[in-house]
Amino acid sequence: MNMKRKSPRKKGPIFEVARRLAKNKSAMIGLAIVILLIVVAVTAPLFYSYDEQIIKQNIGNRLQSPNAENLLGTDALGRDLLGRIIYGSRISLYVGFTTVAFAFVVGGTLGALGGYFGGIVDNIIMRFMDIFLAIPGTLFAITIAAALGSNIRNLILALAISSVPGFARILRSSVITVREVEYIEASRAIGASDARIILNHVIPNALAPVIVHTTLNVATIILTIAGLSFLGLGISAPTPEWGAMLSDGRTYLKTHFYMSLFPGVAIIMTILSLNLLGDGLRDALDPRLK
Amino acid sequence: MDKPILDIKNLVVEYRTDDGVVQALNGLDLTIMPGETHGLVGETGAGKTTAGLGVLRLIASPPGVVVDGTIILDGKDVQQTTEKDMESMRGYDVSMIFQDPMTSLNPVMTVQDQIAEVYELHENISHDKAIELTHAMLELVGIPAERGNEFPHQFSGGMKQRVVIAIALAGNPKLLIADEPTTALDVTIQAQVLDMMKQLKKEYNMAMLMITHDLGIVADICDRVSVIYAGRIVEQGSLEDIFDRTRHPYTEGLFNSLPNLTDRQQKLKPIKGLMPDPSNLPSGCTFHPRCNYVMDICSKENPPRVYRGESHYAECHLYNEENIMKGGVIERD
Amino acid sequence: MWKYIAKRLLYMIPVLLGVTLIVYIIMSVAPGDPAKAILGDQATPDAIEQLREELGLDDPLLVQYGRYVKGLVRGDLGISYKSKGPVIDEIIARVPTTLYLSLSATIIAVVIAIPLGILAAVKQNTFIDGLSMFIALIGISIPIFWLGLLLLVYFAQELRWFPASGASSWKHFVLPGIALGFHSMASIARITRSSMLEVIRQDYIRTARSKGMPYKQVITKHALPNALIPTITVTGLQIGALLAGSVLTESVFSLPGIGRLIINSIQGRDIPVVLGCILVFTLTFSIINLLVDILYAFVDPRIRAQYF
Repeated sequence: MNMKRKSPRKKGPIFEVARRLAKNKSAMIGLAIVILLIVVAVTAPLFYSYDEQIIKQNIGNRLQSPNAENLLGTDALGRDLLGRIIYGSRISLYVGFTTVAFAFVVGGTLGALGGYFGGIVDNIIMRFMDIFLAIPGTLFAITIAAALGSNIRNLILALAISSVPGFARILRSSVITVREVEYIEASRAIGASDARIILNHVIPNALAPVIVHTTLNVATIILTIAGLSFLGLGISAPTPEWGAMLSDGRTYLKTHFYMSLFPGVAIIMTILSLNLLGDGLRDALDPRLK
Repeated sequence: MDKPILDIKNLVVEYRTDDGVVQALNGLDLTIMPGETHGLVGETGAGKTTAGLGVLRLIASPPGVVVDGTIILDGKDVQQTTEKDMESMRGYDVSMIFQDPMTSLNPVMTVQDQIAEVYELHENISHDKAIELTHAMLELVGIPAERGNEFPHQFSGGMKQRVVIAIALAGNPKLLIADEPTTALDVTIQAQVLDMMKQLKKEYNMAMLMITHDLGIVADICDRVSVIYAGRIVEQGSLEDIFDRTRHPYTEGLFNSLPNLTDRQQKLKPIKGLMPDPSNLPSGCTFHPRCNYVMDICSKENPPRVYRGESHYAECHLYNEENIMKGGVIERD
Repeated sequence: MWKYIAKRLLYMIPVLLGVTLIVYIIMSVAPGDPAKAILGDQATPDAIEQLREELGLDDPLLVQYGRYVKGLVRGDLGISYKSKGPVIDEIIARVPTTLYLSLSATIIAVVIAIPLGILAAVKQNTFIDGLSMFIALIGISIPIFWLGLLLLVYFAQELRWFPASGASSWKHFVLPGIALGFHSMASIARITRSSMLEVIRQDYIRTARSKGMPYKQVITKHALPNALIPTITVTGLQIGALLAGSVLTESVFSLPGIGRLIINSIQGRDIPVVLGCILVFTLTFSIINLLVDILYAFVDPRIRAQYF
């Protein structure tokens, strides 16, 4: 017998989501900016030499307002602001995505396990999560930065830990919802193993809210790093980080406002585009609303 | 002769969404006289609810658009009325019982407050007086008055539907639109609620539009019947006309889909196929792809309306002035 | 009702213990000797050793933690390394500033957000909706400290409408309140709009309209109470974000609040003060969450029936 089946619909659900996403203008703008940012961040070393142009001080060229040579001006140590902002995107995106990846794997696993098995496993995991949920994320990151010193690795660790409960919660509730659905019971009835059910049914169905949360969480993380660096608790000089650059400009607010202005614009653009994309994804994955 | 309480002429309603235009009503005609109980029968998606909402001018807009036609309610043109006048008519001249009692009540408000609102809106009385009237109304629909200050989640489905009915009756309307009032209820509760509605209808002497897909309910309480298919009335007549002198093949199909209690060996003869996609209706007679008597002309031209008497008609190419009188064109026994 | 509240309060105890334990462990692995920090660079090794003894710094970590918790029960958060005074006094001295800041931010956020969200939902897909949601989108994307700097430069330094630093009058809290509240305002407005949109299409809204109730009244009397439930959740979470954001805001506007105390103490390695501040913030956040849950029950009889 020929087992090749033709699906009744020509295109799969992923295509359907992509189609709805493509129809959403603001989501497309967000996606375009996110892609642009990633391309700029990845290709930055082709245009700038990190040691020569981004880090190295050039006191003779300090505090230049935007001009033809330095499109966005220079900072107090004579470094090109545009180059530093571009390099700053590397830091922000790197920390943002690594942190969320870590939180996604750890939190997602914990949440899925708790939601799927329920009972005591769930109880232990979620009570533990409650403790981390009780501390506002930024504060927790501040604590770790203060105790362990603020380097990129510690920051990622701190931010990831405070993002874990969010992912755990979302996956848990998705899994609980999905678990009760009839087709899961059906696959259990035909003798599928727990691992198989989790991988084949639970995870794919729980993915929609997680994707949205991930996008928005990257934005939150980037905003938090900038805030920590602004306070002097994040990534420190001479590494080009948007929040730190913005803070550097505070001394020159009256005379050289652009020094704080442009890094701020870079942050807003990044966060805005991620939010547009996240909103668009939510609408595309859940067309009921909008 | 009396003036009709409701007179709908050639009503055309579309739902316009990104995915296309849904033809909900395609020239619906419907007349209801004072005191009459009129059944509007058809399958899910035929436009029954849209017709009911249209009378109250509550079709969600967007996406709903009334493209053509008039609705005259108690002498007033619903399309031309100001919103303020419309508000004073809703719940007072006309009210509606909705299909799903589970979702039709506000979950964060006591049931008595939800009923009392009708009195407060239309009768200019104090809250205390309104609650007093509400308690009487609750008793009337079979709910102990002291349960009035409970919330909907504390009520069973049948009780909730009684509350919804109480809300609809509180304004003592001239026309009551009941949209599948018993569909969401258990069978035993269905009978109770239906009996109660019959009783109340008699007491209040109001006209009623009973929207349903259940021919049993129609036989039970309706005086006249309209059979709706794809947003248009395909056959209309008195209860006896429709049941005993069936003309339209679709009406025949509805009857043949019912199990026959006297001959349980007889096979059901369901109507073949499904309701057409309302965003892409068939040409000519919209029923032709499912019709057992389909002819060439059916897909090409809209069927004429042929009258069998003053108040019984069918819209079907099978008929002309003569053979509609005799019948015998379709196989219903 | 009271039973529920008592249960929730009791449950807060292990959570708070967990928080202190985690923060305590993190802080104690921090490099540097607290005894040295207290006595300063000129201290003799003997004096340092003696103080270590007094403070019990050579005991195992859990013993030290136990001692800390015992102190907590008596309201004793330890002694500040820097000021040598009780930590609790330092914190209490700064509570009003942070309280005024958070309150003004919350008020600004809620008072603007809820009407804005309702308006956007009712006028869905119109210019008003688009504009409101654009403002809200900017609001969730703008860093608090950047907005703070903008406000500071323009309204305090250029126009001189408001003072640029200090905390001695209500005027000092206007700009920080806006800077801190804008982000929460945006979040609350967005959730109000989306829950309002969800509620407006519910059947009971149609029922209310079928009674002949004017649309405006349907919105305020029937839709809003139902839409408030998710809004309350987000508002509660936003207050947590406000507490964290107050650290940034106090830094920008030089407000002498708890947030500034944390930053200063971190820079001075004043661990008991950092620990105390985090604990106070966490406690506040937990209590707000409890209040949110009680408020839920107040709004929604289904939840009331479940818990009380």
